[in-house]
Amino acid sequence: MTNSTHAQPDSVSSFARIQAGMARRRAAEQRFKMLGRIAVGIGLLFLIVLLGSIVSKGYTAFWQTQMRIDVMLSADEIDPEGTRKAETLRKADYSSLIKQSMREMFPDVSGRRDRFALYGLVSNGAAFDLRDRVMADPSLIGTKVSLWVPADDDVDMLMKGHIDRDAAEGDRRIKDNALGWIEKLEADGRLEMRFNVDFFTKGDSRDPELAGIRGALMGTIFTLMVTLALSFPLGVAAAVYLEEFAPKNKWTDLIEVNINNLAAVPSIVFGLLGLAVFINVFELPRSAPLLGGLVLTLMTLPTIIIASRAALKSVPPSIRDAALGIGASPMQATLFHVIPLALPGMLTGTIIGMAQALGETAPLLMIGMVAFIADVPQGVFDPSTALPVQIYLWADSPERAYVERTSAAIMVLLAFLALMNLVAVLLRKRFERRW
Amino acid sequence: MTQTPILLVLLLALTSAAYYFGCKRAFRVADGHIRRLHSLPGYYGLYVALWAALPALLVLGVWLAMQGSVITRMVVASLPDAIQQLGPDRLNLVVNDIRNLVSGNIVSSDPDAAMLAAAEYYRSLMSISRNALFVVVLVVAGLGGWIGYSKIRVNHRARNGVESIISWLLVACSTVAILTTVGIVLSVLFESMRFFKSVPITEFLFGLEWSPQIALRADQAGSSGAFGAVPLFAGTLLITLIAMTVAVPIGLMSAIYLSEYASAHVRAIAKPLLEVLAGIPTVVYGFFAALTVAPFIRDSGSMLGLDVASESALAAGLVMGMMIIPFVSSLSDDVINAVPQSLREGAYGMGATSSETIRRVIFPAALPGIVGAILLAVSRAIGETMIVVMAAGLASNLTANPLEAVTTVTVQIVTLLVGDQEFDSPKTLAAFALGLVLFLVTLALNFVALYIVRKYREQYD
Repeated sequence: MTNSTHAQPDSVSSFARIQAGMARRRAAEQRFKMLGRIAVGIGLLFLIVLLGSIVSKGYTAFWQTQMRIDVMLSADEIDPEGTRKAETLRKADYSSLIKQSMREMFPDVSGRRDRFALYGLVSNGAAFDLRDRVMADPSLIGTKVSLWVPADDDVDMLMKGHIDRDAAEGDRRIKDNALGWIEKLEADGRLEMRFNVDFFTKGDSRDPELAGIRGALMGTIFTLMVTLALSFPLGVAAAVYLEEFAPKNKWTDLIEVNINNLAAVPSIVFGLLGLAVFINVFELPRSAPLLGGLVLTLMTLPTIIIASRAALKSVPPSIRDAALGIGASPMQATLFHVIPLALPGMLTGTIIGMAQALGETAPLLMIGMVAFIADVPQGVFDPSTALPVQIYLWADSPERAYVERTSAAIMVLLAFLALMNLVAVLLRKRFERRW
Repeated sequence: MTQTPILLVLLLALTSAAYYFGCKRAFRVADGHIRRLHSLPGYYGLYVALWAALPALLVLGVWLAMQGSVITRMVVASLPDAIQQLGPDRLNLVVNDIRNLVSGNIVSSDPDAAMLAAAEYYRSLMSISRNALFVVVLVVAGLGGWIGYSKIRVNHRARNGVESIISWLLVACSTVAILTTVGIVLSVLFESMRFFKSVPITEFLFGLEWSPQIALRADQAGSSGAFGAVPLFAGTLLITLIAMTVAVPIGLMSAIYLSEYASAHVRAIAKPLLEVLAGIPTVVYGFFAALTVAPFIRDSGSMLGLDVASESALAAGLVMGMMIIPFVSSLSDDVINAVPQSLREGAYGMGATSSETIRRVIFPAALPGIVGAILLAVSRAIGETMIVVMAAGLASNLTANPLEAVTTVTVQIVTLLVGDQEFDSPKTLAAFALGLVLFLVTLALNFVALYIVRKYREQYD
């Protein structure tokens, strides 16, 4: 500074120049700061819009329109021989009983097409509900029962306001006559929104009003169980070896480079691996959670290894030295002193890896966990799907009612993810030690 | 298959028994004086238990892995010659039918006597294999346990034995990473080689038309399909470019703001919130892109008089950009924080404002790291699957217009491989060739990125 003032005799004017520039520089400073604020704001706005759109689309799926129907369980229809055998009861034609009760409610509806539309107001699942009711209590036969059954998805959409009642008839999925019947049912108190239990207790279905996430959820749980059972021991063992025992040589360098690269390989490539190796070479059952778990294990392993190594690194060397000093072997020092101290960090890393696996979809598509499976899987060998894949499948379905179900399934998925991350954060807070 | 858990439980029980008897014998050979033993009694127990469990588990694993293919081969060998003469793809169908017969599913054709016999044979082989596995595993476990048990002496070095077994196990676990890479490379490479036998590699890499139709008959017109992957590469690049245009400025500016300007309080709230974006599964972004963003863009486009495809590249790219923001911002954050404080203080001492310090001092110093971060983000965007599967189209368009529908490498891999497939058609194999390209490109990007980052680190640490 002193040099430059010496070189420039008119120091006053140079000061004035700097002063004059200050306003511009301060404005630039403010602009830059503003840009930063805007960037953070946009990021947060994205998050809000994303979550907001999911929640606003999906919260209605937790309620479902139910219809009260009075069904005459005539013995002639269900069990003409009066044997009350389970087989007979299972095979009886309950849907005709329901149709009959609909006819009784609207006696003036005639004509094939109108009747067909009338029957369409009740879900196909109503017959199964009725069957379950009768099988649970055969003494109901011969009496008139009143029960709540799911209404058809179009009725549900109308009740939730997704179908505009004032639109022209041609643009509506519910025609004018059906609208009249629905209004009458509403006036009679026969239509009601109830908590959608089926959504949590049923498997997938082609009828939106009957589709639930239980099958996908069980598939996800089985898959994650396999993943956890394999990736935690494998990951921890690999991390312990690399961090505590591995000599510094080309082989361990190679392993390290490998792990870092695997962490960045696109997940779909793991799906290709699963398809080519696990299905084509080892002939493991397609679509099974076992297979999904294997693929996801390979995918999450790098995450777990890297986190476990960080946890091992944070254990101070004095712990090792103390253990070795009182005569423990290196293996004993590691197993009984270092690993217990690093365990919370390893568990945190594992939970984060599991959360990744929970949301992963692409590799599961490759190994056939994308089929339509209505049954709830019972074990790791049963064909099944997973929650994110179910979301993908429903998002592809054309029916309007699947949109809210997809959003609701996403909300369940996000809730599980939030829970897992919360556990990881709490674990870290509770056990984190500063040495 | 279903009794594997039972077998595992039995094995566990056997191992526990081995541990117990190992400990007991150690006491006995030492006449109750533990001091005479080389190791603690628990190590003798563990030694016997490891002898019982490890060989048995190895046999179990190998058996389960091989059983399917061995049985299939035996069943195929038992089929009448007429069926064996069929080509590999027809034979595959026959084997599938037999498997369906075994599991009681509906088969594609009426089963004849030979098929039924084969299915019966398959079933009997399965049950033989199951029972044999049971016996073999338990015998191996018992034998192993007995060997371990008989080795126990007063001066037997059990701890050293156990420790060396454990350290070998640790080595084995750490090689899983290598095996995975080898598996990926081999599986993708082999299928790609088969693909390049029917479609020349130059046509695949430089061809301008992509329409992988399946030929129902060999003599059908246009049966070979066109496998020029350039439109896919172009589509992938277009979507990646859009994503980067969104993610890089926003991610970088938020990283700068949060690390240089924001108070600790704002930082503590905003940073984790931004990182939530990275934790949301990609299928959720795909749903959001397809059902919220794409219609919004189409509607606002038609309001402006633009013709926007309902599956425009813009929607997919925009949402992918959102997803990558936290990736860019947290990586850049690390890099910016790694710039030594002395550089900042030097700049402030010269009278620079914060923004001048950032733009003229910190940014150039952090540039290699930021470039590395961006390259990693690009590799993420290229490999991203679900967003594009759900929001980008299937039609291969060679276009640079973001309002049109394009398709990407990952979309085509999914479309070619989801559903039923035969492993000999170029259509299926093409997916593996695309996978090979994807793997190599992301690998190269990661190498370059890590190289740049490492080189940068050497300057300041």
